[in-house]
Amino acid sequence: MTKAFWKPHRIVMLALAAAIVLWCAFNMNWTWLPDYLDKIPLAIWRTIWLTAASMTLGMMLAIPLGLAQAAGPWYLSTPARVYCSIIRGTPLLLQLWLLYYGLGSLFPQFPWIRESWMWPILRQAWPYALLALTLSVAGYEGEVMRGALKGVPGGQLEAARAMGMPRTKSFFRIWLPQALHRALPTIGGETVLQMKSTPLVATITVVDIYSLSKRVTQDTFIVYEPLLLLAVVYMIMAGMIVLLFKWLESRVPSRTA
Amino acid sequence: MLGLIAPTAAASAFDLLAWSPPGWGATLVAGLWNTILIAFGAYGLGLFIGVLGAFGKLYGGPITRDLLGVYTTLVRAVPELVLILILYFAVTDAVNQFLVFNGYERIQLSGVAAGIAVLGIVQGAYSTEVLRGAIQSVPAGQIEAARAMGMPPMLLARRVTLPLMTAAAVPGLANLWLTCTKDTALLAVVGFIELTKATSLAAGTTKAFLTFYLAAGVLYLILSLLSGVVFGRIERWARKGQRPMAGGGM
Amino acid sequence: MKKTLLTLAATLAFGTAAFAEPLKIGIAAEPYPPFASPDASGAWVGWEVDFINAVCAAGQMECVVTPVAWEGIIPSLTGGQIDAIMASMSITEERMQTIDFSDKYYNTPSVLLTAKGSGLTPDASGMSGKIIGVQVSTIHEAYAQAHFPDAAEIKTYQTTDEAFQDLSAGRVDVAFADSIANDAFLASEVGMACCEAIGAVADDPAILGLGIGVGLRKGEDALKAQFNAAIAKVIADGTYDTISKPYFPSSIYGG
Repeated sequence: MTKAFWKPHRIVMLALAAAIVLWCAFNMNWTWLPDYLDKIPLAIWRTIWLTAASMTLGMMLAIPLGLAQAAGPWYLSTPARVYCSIIRGTPLLLQLWLLYYGLGSLFPQFPWIRESWMWPILRQAWPYALLALTLSVAGYEGEVMRGALKGVPGGQLEAARAMGMPRTKSFFRIWLPQALHRALPTIGGETVLQMKSTPLVATITVVDIYSLSKRVTQDTFIVYEPLLLLAVVYMIMAGMIVLLFKWLESRVPSRTA
Repeated sequence: MLGLIAPTAAASAFDLLAWSPPGWGATLVAGLWNTILIAFGAYGLGLFIGVLGAFGKLYGGPITRDLLGVYTTLVRAVPELVLILILYFAVTDAVNQFLVFNGYERIQLSGVAAGIAVLGIVQGAYSTEVLRGAIQSVPAGQIEAARAMGMPPMLLARRVTLPLMTAAAVPGLANLWLTCTKDTALLAVVGFIELTKATSLAAGTTKAFLTFYLAAGVLYLILSLLSGVVFGRIERWARKGQRPMAGGGM
Repeated sequence: MKKTLLTLAATLAFGTAAFAEPLKIGIAAEPYPPFASPDASGAWVGWEVDFINAVCAAGQMECVVTPVAWEGIIPSLTGGQIDAIMASMSITEERMQTIDFSDKYYNTPSVLLTAKGSGLTPDASGMSGKIIGVQVSTIHEAYAQAHFPDAAEIKTYQTTDEAFQDLSAGRVDVAFADSIANDAFLASEVGMACCEAIGAVADDPAILGLGIGVGLRKGEDALKAQFNAAIAKVIADGTYDTISKPYFPSSIYGG
């Protein structure tokens, strides 16, 4: 925070904000907090790892999707485009329910599934949550990667070919790194958006921090305080994601002409 | 494949989706209508807030700018679902307390109104950013030239800023519209009967989960494809007379 | 133009104005057959809907059935969005700290459902290491958490339906719900194929409550008296039995 940040009106506003926080801390009903304190870290961890895992796996899917649309033949680019349109055109909640309850309704028809090795995984809820979130990330980031891959100046790739560099090598050495660097700010924003989608997994019985706050409301009938604390937790997590991506961007050397 | 979709042998998928009972088709479409209604209302409210917010952020005083900054940051950092829950109870509580305080009876906000208010506030924050970016992308030289010519501010806004800004804003606003239609699905968690909730009701009652969720997915897809076509035409209209963007852009 | 816009805004916002008489009776927006579930045209039907109509007729009240999400139904009542809850809500001490209840209008035991031939017993030892499915924010959830500490996991669903669905899919070992809701599921095709009831759990009135009553805001004594009188009238003049006959073989009023 540079000195220019501390204008007089900002100081007043920050003092006001601190006063509001203190008033909330003392006047609102926080008696439920000690009972649930031990469950909060695990719930927050679930939210964090769901976001991180789905972003990682989703990006791994998104790069081929983007590549197919940017440079692929029609039989690769069209399915990729259709996939991205479907994911972006339907709500995540619906996709979640379709995967969990829709697939679940098929299980009784195939009794051999219960004997197979997949059953312990298929039984639980988090694989479906992870799958739905990953597919969602892949759909949205596929679009982003398409634009990023297209935006890398073609001259560099042509020079690489002229030098005799094989296509795969030039992809991993030249094209992809620059595309990722271009896309980094957008991906940072999208990571925040994905973190904000994680509360939906509570509807398929995955206990994340949102589900925990709902449980507090149901047990105690206190409505606002758990939600406010929840909002604060999400704000902190969003801030940390933004800081992480700022650090990532600073790590990649970029020469702006 | 149809064998997978049909729930045992009872009723085929198409019977369940039929228009009149025992088909749930009419209920689904009624839910879709609710979705569109709320999306329109929330989008409009969001645009209205967005215009005020964008102008406030660009041309307002330091306090206005900071307050608006807090508003947009808060809304963009907290999940829509949490915001919807907080606002749903807070808005109705606040309205009722205000009325009771002033001696009126409590009123009951209809579900549609509450949904529009809540989603509109959320959309407003995003609209603010989109419109602010669009206004900032208007080349300053054109505005300065118009001012040098002695154009009055209202005429300047109408002839120069607004047309150029609209063209730059349309892609972002198109994305916002799609987000708005999908966010209406979150209202299912507060029990409001829009398309996703109607689908969940139908699926829960008939146990034909795959059928109904796929049908709802198709309906949402149709909505988003149609929106894409409409916004494509709006963008072409907005860009009339301007030079095409160099390099094809991202 | 301004005036029209203002009136339009006002009518949109104040959808049902307070000075209109109808009482908003909140029911759960999740299907709960045979008590309240939507039919294909979207209208709510079931024993509880019929009962609501009978009680309102007997008490000469104008009622509007309003579906509200089950997990938000008590805050909706205290926040004024609905005036009464008739959503098969049990009268428990915990709930009585926040809201008031009328006299009970039915009382049925809570029963466990499992896959056919599982051989489980409806007590803590039978439930140890098992995955139990319950609806969120119900007495069944509270009971499971209090009495089955050895359960592997207690999964909470937004609707009882989803818990039954996961039972038939095999994702939970046991579903715990009201005996009548269980029977409705067991009578369905899916239920008949997969599952059976293994009996009621040991009673715990503190958690399982004293029966189903109408939820009301605290302090609304006049309304409570009205409801109590109407319920008594419906039971006394035989309407209760007339309504129940198509749904249940015997009276669900309970002891």
